Amino acid sequence: MPDPSIKPLVMPKWGLSMKEGTLSAWHVEEGQTIVPGQEIMDVETDKIANVVEAADGGLLRRRVGEIGQVYPVKALLGILAPEDVSDAEIDAFVSAFEVPAAGDDDEDEGPAYQFAETASGRLRYAERPGEGDPIVFIHGFGGDLNNWMFNIDGVAAAGPVYALDLLGHGGSAKAIANPGLDALADAVEQFLQAVGLKGVHLVGHSMGGATASAVALRGRDLVKSLTLIGSTGLGEEINSSYIDGFVAAESRRDLRPVLKYLFANEDLVSRQMVDDLLKFKRLDGVSETLRGLASSMFRNGKQKRLLVQKLQASTLPIQIVWGAEDAVIPAAHAKALPKAKVEIIDAVGHMAMMEAAGRVNELIRAHVAN
Amino acid sequence: MARKISMKDAINEAIDQEMRRDPTVIVMGEDIVGGTGSPGETDAWGGVLGVTKGLFAKHGDRLMDTPLSESAYIGAAIGAATCGLRPIAELMFVDFMGVCLDQIYNQAAKFRYMFGGKAETPVVIRAMCGAGFRAAAQHSQMLTPIFTHIPGLKVVCPSNAYDCKGLLIQSIRDNDPVIFLEHKNLYGHESEVPEESYAIPFGEANIVRDGKHATIVTYGQTVHRSVDAANALAKEAIECEVIDLRTLSPVDMDTVIESVEKTGRLICVDEANPRCSIASDISATVAQEAFGALKAPIRMVTAPHTPVPFSPALEDIYVPTANAIAEAVRKTVGGTRKAA
Repeated sequence: MPDPSIKPLVMPKWGLSMKEGTLSAWHVEEGQTIVPGQEIMDVETDKIANVVEAADGGLLRRRVGEIGQVYPVKALLGILAPEDVSDAEIDAFVSAFEVPAAGDDDEDEGPAYQFAETASGRLRYAERPGEGDPIVFIHGFGGDLNNWMFNIDGVAAAGPVYALDLLGHGGSAKAIANPGLDALADAVEQFLQAVGLKGVHLVGHSMGGATASAVALRGRDLVKSLTLIGSTGLGEEINSSYIDGFVAAESRRDLRPVLKYLFANEDLVSRQMVDDLLKFKRLDGVSETLRGLASSMFRNGKQKRLLVQKLQASTLPIQIVWGAEDAVIPAAHAKALPKAKVEIIDAVGHMAMMEAAGRVNELIRAHVAN
Repeated sequence: MARKISMKDAINEAIDQEMRRDPTVIVMGEDIVGGTGSPGETDAWGGVLGVTKGLFAKHGDRLMDTPLSESAYIGAAIGAATCGLRPIAELMFVDFMGVCLDQIYNQAAKFRYMFGGKAETPVVIRAMCGAGFRAAAQHSQMLTPIFTHIPGLKVVCPSNAYDCKGLLIQSIRDNDPVIFLEHKNLYGHESEVPEESYAIPFGEANIVRDGKHATIVTYGQTVHRSVDAANALAKEAIECEVIDLRTLSPVDMDTVIESVEKTGRLICVDEANPRCSIASDISATVAQEAFGALKAPIRMVTAPHTPVPFSPALEDIYVPTANAIAEAVRKTVGGTRKAA
């Protein structure tokens, strides 16, 4: 049996399709003591590059991963162990370490796609089992559940995690009879019923924030708390260049500049991200759905459905998170609800849950625990 | 929801979905319906390699077996297209296109222009192309440059199942004649393909791999060989950008030129014969439009100027190999990298 005080640092799995990643930098030295949440290395996949934060704390005894090398998910990259563990024991741990085979369906492998049949249509979702009240992630306009690739595992300690593709998005049914916030909220409510979820903590991003709010405001004991990230529904302004540009873009050339509005760090817009979004946008019916949603909710650069008063009047615990550099919806909207707990994160854009994943995960875990 | 299917199945699915969506879509070709010769037997063959198998059972007499007369049925398909149908004509091997070339380049390609835009010819002519199938010189040609040369035709040559489905759907919905060339060696090649219908617009190249030292421009089967070459070169610290043109007419020169402006080096890989080829066309355009960006002479890697050999040993080296492509990149990069 290996010494339980030896803890491996492994290649993370970001999103369901990630099989391997390149270790592009170490931020910690051997002999350094690291704390949970500390930035320890940079990893790059074909879709995105991001910093990896420590899940465990301890003394970094060994950097196994070499910079520039490609490693499969769960491959050993480093060793945390107290000083009294001998080098020989660490050597033995390293040589005995086996990378779990890709595609193993054990719980550690992270979520797998599932489908819920609802009256609105088939909805795709991912599930990460756990103990406690369920946490349900709802992405924004034009997004999908993989927008939460850095969060699903990151909040799993706080409860079972679900992330769904909104109606008209991702792998869910594309047609929406009356495109608008109510249709999206209907589908989410039907999803919660179909999967048997009650008393959930909803986490919504952008249009998914307004959708989460609309579901919560229906009462019915479905929702225990709200975390709204760069959410719509809290103020009038919205960047119409982003919305209209996203809807109209038909090529890589059109779409790439539009996606740069999403991040404070524009380098995060990878070719693969652009290609994946084009693949989605080119599916029959998607253009009509996006046009329908945009004209129902965001016509002429103004948000048409504001939920501020109803949210302020509700008894729900609400947390609002915003990237200070948000170029799609101004961060000033974070202060629209006097009752809410507000966190504005510096140097981060609209996709705060990707650009500041560690901080956002921490905030969600804390909000859910209260 | 995407799942892995072969290019052959992607073609079948694209035709099936468009036939369901649009009642004017019909399919014509040799043995696309018929049995093995027994009277009354249907849907046994699905064309020479079984691509349309199963469609007759779903769509009945909207699929038509034609006599062994390319000039007759390609002409009929073009005529039907001008009268409101959207025919997909399957011509087995592109090598047989010569039999009916008048219908294609002198009729279909000219109608829109000569009738002042009043006539549309939404016909798709599908055919297998390419070498490596031990099918000898009369069944193995690329011939992509022949059709690309002719104004009024759109020319598509996909490299994978995802592109194949989206480009074929676009071809069927397009109001102009499309020559859709399927590399027979890629029929079994699988990739992730959504179950839903989708159209990929013409004239957008796909960047298959990012790189900063050299640009490899290609299409069809040699996309895969170019990626193999690029992966081998990455171990020598040479990073190649690989561009899959996907459609040859219209062609996405913007993506090619942007890439060459970044890398300064261009290698054109073409399975067609070298004279007046896609490779020579791309090379000439880049030399004209982006000469100042080039740090080294453009190199072409193509089949030799000979018919496709029947000898397996010779056929294997006839089509540009990954080694030949890698060697061309090394020569292009060699000696110029330090200066850069």
